[in-house]
Amino acid sequence: MTALKASMAGTVLNILVAEGDAVTAGQAVITIESMKMEIPIEAEVGGKVEKIHVEVGSFVNEEDTLLTLGE
Amino acid sequence: MTKTSETTGYNERLEQKLATIFAGGHPKYHEKMKESNKLFVRDRLNLLFDGGEYVEDGRFANVEAGDLPADGVVTAIGKINGETVCVMANDSTVKAGSWGSRTVEKIIRIQETAEKMQVPMLYLVDSAGARITDQLDMFPNRRGAGRIFHNQVRMSGMVPQICLLFGPSAAGGAYIPAFCDIVIMVEGNASMYLGSPRMAEKVIGEKVTLEEMGGARMHCSVSGVGDVLVATEEEAISEARRYLAYFPANFAVKPEKVAGTVAKAGRSLEAIIPENQNAPFDMYELIDQLIDEGSFFDIKKLFAGELITGLARIDGQVIGILANQPKVKGGVLFGDSADKGAKFINLCDAFSIPLLFLADVPGFMIGTKVERAGIIRHGAKFIAAMSSATVPKISVVVRKAYGAGLYAMAGPAFEPDVCIALPTAQIAVMGPEAAVNAVYSNKIEAIEDPKERLKYVQQKHQEYKEEIDIYKLASELIIDEIVAPHELRKVLSQRFAFYETKDLPMPYRKHGVFPV
Repeated sequence: MTALKASMAGTVLNILVAEGDAVTAGQAVITIESMKMEIPIEAEVGGKVEKIHVEVGSFVNEEDTLLTLGE
Repeated sequence: MTKTSETTGYNERLEQKLATIFAGGHPKYHEKMKESNKLFVRDRLNLLFDGGEYVEDGRFANVEAGDLPADGVVTAIGKINGETVCVMANDSTVKAGSWGSRTVEKIIRIQETAEKMQVPMLYLVDSAGARITDQLDMFPNRRGAGRIFHNQVRMSGMVPQICLLFGPSAAGGAYIPAFCDIVIMVEGNASMYLGSPRMAEKVIGEKVTLEEMGGARMHCSVSGVGDVLVATEEEAISEARRYLAYFPANFAVKPEKVAGTVAKAGRSLEAIIPENQNAPFDMYELIDQLIDEGSFFDIKKLFAGELITGLARIDGQVIGILANQPKVKGGVLFGDSADKGAKFINLCDAFSIPLLFLADVPGFMIGTKVERAGIIRHGAKFIAAMSSATVPKISVVVRKAYGAGLYAMAGPAFEPDVCIALPTAQIAVMGPEAAVNAVYSNKIEAIEDPKERLKYVQQKHQEYKEEIDIYKLASELIIDEIVAPHELRKVLSQRFAFYETKDLPMPYRKHGVFPV
């Protein structure tokens, strides 16, 4: 299990995957809006999306967990 | 070696002494080195120097002790890329590369040699730290280990100082890398820490692995003490040789210009830069279109990726590039990116390497977390370093340059030799969305009909954009030039060549009070 964390504080703009989806390392999975910029959050490792912890519009702080990836 | 008479046999005696010295420590330690993919110190030096040739000082240090060949450090003079350099290299087969009194004296002497000759100083570190049994002879005295760091600080900015970290750099020894211009670390073997994991467990009760606490990857991506992460010792050595090619021997001479090459084949800048100011793109792709192919030397690539810092060549001329990376954290500046930028500017300015700023920056990060972490004083470091740099500085506004982001990226007030805007540039205190919200929020909220409200907001956005139109700024002489993206490389090459003779007198004072 790997937790994918927010690289900076902002608002969740888009969620590009669903629970159960397979993702590859480097794939953009969530977009955060911060400082009026779109910030792509990429999976650091490949795996299956186990749980998405946020919804569109949620405020997240730096280091908050966005989703968890399983094997 | 020529045979000498049986009575004295002086050459034979010398030969025998040399053989023990060249053999290094006990064979079991050589075996251990091999197991961890580490090279013996003399093999490292053979790879480092042109033709593997060098002369050595203090080779016979502690020769009488028998088991301390060269007292665990080789200090040598040789050539890299045809230029003279001085080197100190720990031998970790000898008492784990620990420092005794002669080890320290040898290091101090080779530093003094580098300073007298005004040539680069390289530190090949692989050492367990002080030999506690010898502490009174090597730790607190005038020519004890502290003098090594004192010398490093005095020599900083005078000659390039490079650290190649092959193994541990422990406790006080960890300051050798810290005082160098650049630290190259071998993943899996190199580490830096003030207290070992064992000590941390005993003293503060923390259980942690060496990799987590002081490993190469951690230092190159989290703490920022490391600059370049490599997979092998051979790669560390070739990167050090490549790095040195960008530098003059000392501060008084300029970096050498070589024959240039063309930029890498790829998309045009027009295709790379999105017109939507808020959409991400990869700044590395843009840099590739400006510089000679294959000439980029990335510094702190894995640390604070929102700001790219690296050495490069344009038509053979050495430059230092600072570029915001919109793909990482939107290119917003943080405390770590400010530190990264400040150190890089200091490095380039010390050795007459002109600076190119590529701005696409929404500003410095805001919010509780960064304010508590002191983003203001970190930002001040960056701005102070940029402002004090006297080398040629070219500022290019690629897209947005908002707020103090414009200042940090050598905006017009900081005397860049030229401030160039691409037609996609947008310079303002803040972006249109934020500005309209800030100024008209009461009026916007007072409009009840959502359609009317949207119309009002859009109209205000439009007015704001007209107010900060790039031709208006050029007309007011705020920016000096507007250049079509595909012409930027040519313009930069011409301008850096023109500014080569720039020479500014230093202000009359001892030194500024540098923000930290």
